Amino acid sequence: MKYIPLIWKNLWRRKLRTLFTLASILASFATYGVLSAVNMAFSGGVEVAGADRLLTIHKVSLIQPLPVSYLERIKAVKGIEAVSYANWFGGIYQDPKNFFGQMAVDPETFLEMYPEYRLPEGQKQAWLADRSGALVGRQLADRFGFKVGDKIPIQATIYRKPDGSNLWEFTVSGIYEGAEKGTDTSSMYFRYDYLNEGMGGRLGFVGWYILRIADPKQAGAVAGRVDTLFANSPAETKTQTEKAFAQSFADQVGNVGALVKAVLVAVFFTMLLVAGNTMAQSVRERTSELAVLKTLGFSRGLVVGLVLAESCVIAVLGGALGLLFAEAMIPVLGKALRAFLPIFFLPTRDLVVGVVLIFLFGIAAGFLPAAQAMRLRIVDALRRV
Amino acid sequence: MFNWLSQVAAVTWVNLRTIPERRGASLATVVGVAGVVIVFVAVFSIAEGVRHALVSTAGADTAVVLRSGSDSEMMSGLQRDVTRLIAEAPGVRRCANGPMASAELYVIVDVPKRSTHTDANVPLRGVQPAAFDVRDEVRILPGGRRFEPGKNEVVVGKMAAAQFAGLDLGNHLRWGQNEWTVVGIFSANGGLAESEIWCDAGVLQPAYRRGSTFQSVYAKLDSPAAFQKFKDALTADPRLDVKVIRESEYYESQSRALISLIRVLGVAITLLMGVGAIFGALNTMYAAVATRIREIATLRALGFRAGPVVLSVLTESLLLALAGGLVGAVIAYSAFNGFQTSTLNWSTFSQLSFAFTVTPELLVWGLGSALVMGVIGGVFPALRAARLPVATALREL
Repeated sequence: MKYIPLIWKNLWRRKLRTLFTLASILASFATYGVLSAVNMAFSGGVEVAGADRLLTIHKVSLIQPLPVSYLERIKAVKGIEAVSYANWFGGIYQDPKNFFGQMAVDPETFLEMYPEYRLPEGQKQAWLADRSGALVGRQLADRFGFKVGDKIPIQATIYRKPDGSNLWEFTVSGIYEGAEKGTDTSSMYFRYDYLNEGMGGRLGFVGWYILRIADPKQAGAVAGRVDTLFANSPAETKTQTEKAFAQSFADQVGNVGALVKAVLVAVFFTMLLVAGNTMAQSVRERTSELAVLKTLGFSRGLVVGLVLAESCVIAVLGGALGLLFAEAMIPVLGKALRAFLPIFFLPTRDLVVGVVLIFLFGIAAGFLPAAQAMRLRIVDALRRV
Repeated sequence: MFNWLSQVAAVTWVNLRTIPERRGASLATVVGVAGVVIVFVAVFSIAEGVRHALVSTAGADTAVVLRSGSDSEMMSGLQRDVTRLIAEAPGVRRCANGPMASAELYVIVDVPKRSTHTDANVPLRGVQPAAFDVRDEVRILPGGRRFEPGKNEVVVGKMAAAQFAGLDLGNHLRWGQNEWTVVGIFSANGGLAESEIWCDAGVLQPAYRRGSTFQSVYAKLDSPAAFQKFKDALTADPRLDVKVIRESEYYESQSRALISLIRVLGVAITLLMGVGAIFGALNTMYAAVATRIREIATLRALGFRAGPVVLSVLTESLLLALAGGLVGAVIAYSAFNGFQTSTLNWSTFSQLSFAFTVTPELLVWGLGSALVMGVIGGVFPALRAARLPVATALREL
């Protein structure tokens, strides 16, 4: 503890240099923070996926619908607790730029299936009572200023009513909140019976089924049973866990994770070189001082510790400020990107990894100079100017 | 003037010769700048690749007709008689086989990616024979042939064939109840069609229970100027309820979201990295000035003026940054240019295959930003060097 003033004084002997080193470490950890959020935005769905949920889609592709009649048959499969279904609507709110997902769902089973969507009881009852009602997510509501009771007109692109009109009007029954930070609240859910009624009551198909299973360990077996049920029918199915589905979606976007990692390696390597070099320089300048310290009886370990402590202090200061800066910047960036990336935040896990990286960085940057200081022979060092 | 220039040259030369003594610091600057340039070029080459695939090959004289209110083919739907009316409209170019207009279906099929073995939405397009006239850039590669009308045969775009498993010449594929044979691979000048699989629309309709409906009509017009005539004729026709757009605009609207996403992220990341590199360069140059304080002061005492001293420091910083920029540009170009991959195009919900495209403009921008970093990193230390009071500086150790 008593060495803290010494470390502090050493740090500020060249104020400008320390400040610049701080700033460059700050910038690299801010980059780390933003990139972690980007990675989360692309892979987040995989992490929040429910372990006990399966999705059944058409085997050929997701855009092919499945018959409504599958509902009862899936319900009868052993190991399945509940079944719900959904259908993609794909309408436009005012302008194609304002894209957000709209899904027709079965209200009661939907809310049971997704406990992570939190909704006041009153709003839930209102939705169950109003056929034209819709639930909008918190993020979506904030984006367009939707309030409970608002009417939302949507232009259908796929679902034209039999009379040729493509205008659908929904009433906001409720606004759902996400149970966790990573829960996606950027979509709108409305009632399948409203869609069916608007289409003249003869829709006859749904986009996909959502299955809740009793035992997540049995996921593979249950999925197999469902798919066997419809094998060799005109609409064969593909059933997989929600996680696998989200993963295949993330894979479709591309290997963002690898890209992010590559950039991070480049950033840290560069910054390590910059900061390490600065540290080495400041130790070189102080060679004679270090020799004096040794003459005064400072042990080798202590001198090394002093040098390492110094570089760690710079790393911690710069790194902490950098992560804070990222935390401040991410909401701003997230707002600009919310139409494309609804989930955009710095996950706690990456924050913890960041803190670990800060210390590793501090030690790595101070390592060479510390080794130099250790090897120092007093006589040689004092002789040098 | 000559005297001044020779002063600049002399001081700069002295500076540059001492770089080897400050190897570590100088290398740090070079690597720092190179890192920024690599990341900048890499990220933006993705945006360029997407733009190239979607926009560059779209013809100005090709029009796309969709049902009104649809944003993409995926959502559109047109009856057979409607597509006939469109093909016969004024402005459509004609050849020996009739009007150069192709009514098409656009669906997706699940095909595993070669890299991850996970299923991806690959676009399967049902076309009419005229499609090969409308998109005259499409060429079947040697060894293959076009599909025969009425048969379950497909031709596969070059990029799709490279990205997705099983899309090889002669292979049999099973989607749903139908088996298909790959009879050809085609190139399309790097355009969007290379991401797609093509087959006969007449075969795709029953396979996907589409009855006699299509989703779009692609028409080659007499000239780019004929577009207005064509559009007016269709919109004025009371039997039709369609949206007419140029192919280039259609693709442009599809690529906008993806490209702006990449650009926003690219700018944010390179700005942050750039700031880090600038501070690194500042440190290097301040250190460079600090180690030469006495030399600089001596030169000043001998009558060298402040200008040459400033310029010499600035030149050194610029040269280091330029070296970094060049190294970065070379690495980025050799590592990323032409790297093939695919991503999900949200507006059609299907895979878009593209290659990272490092354009000369991107390299120029990369080098330009390296120079900016060099200037900022050099100008403050340079001013400091020039402002040093000679007497104090001479006394420094």
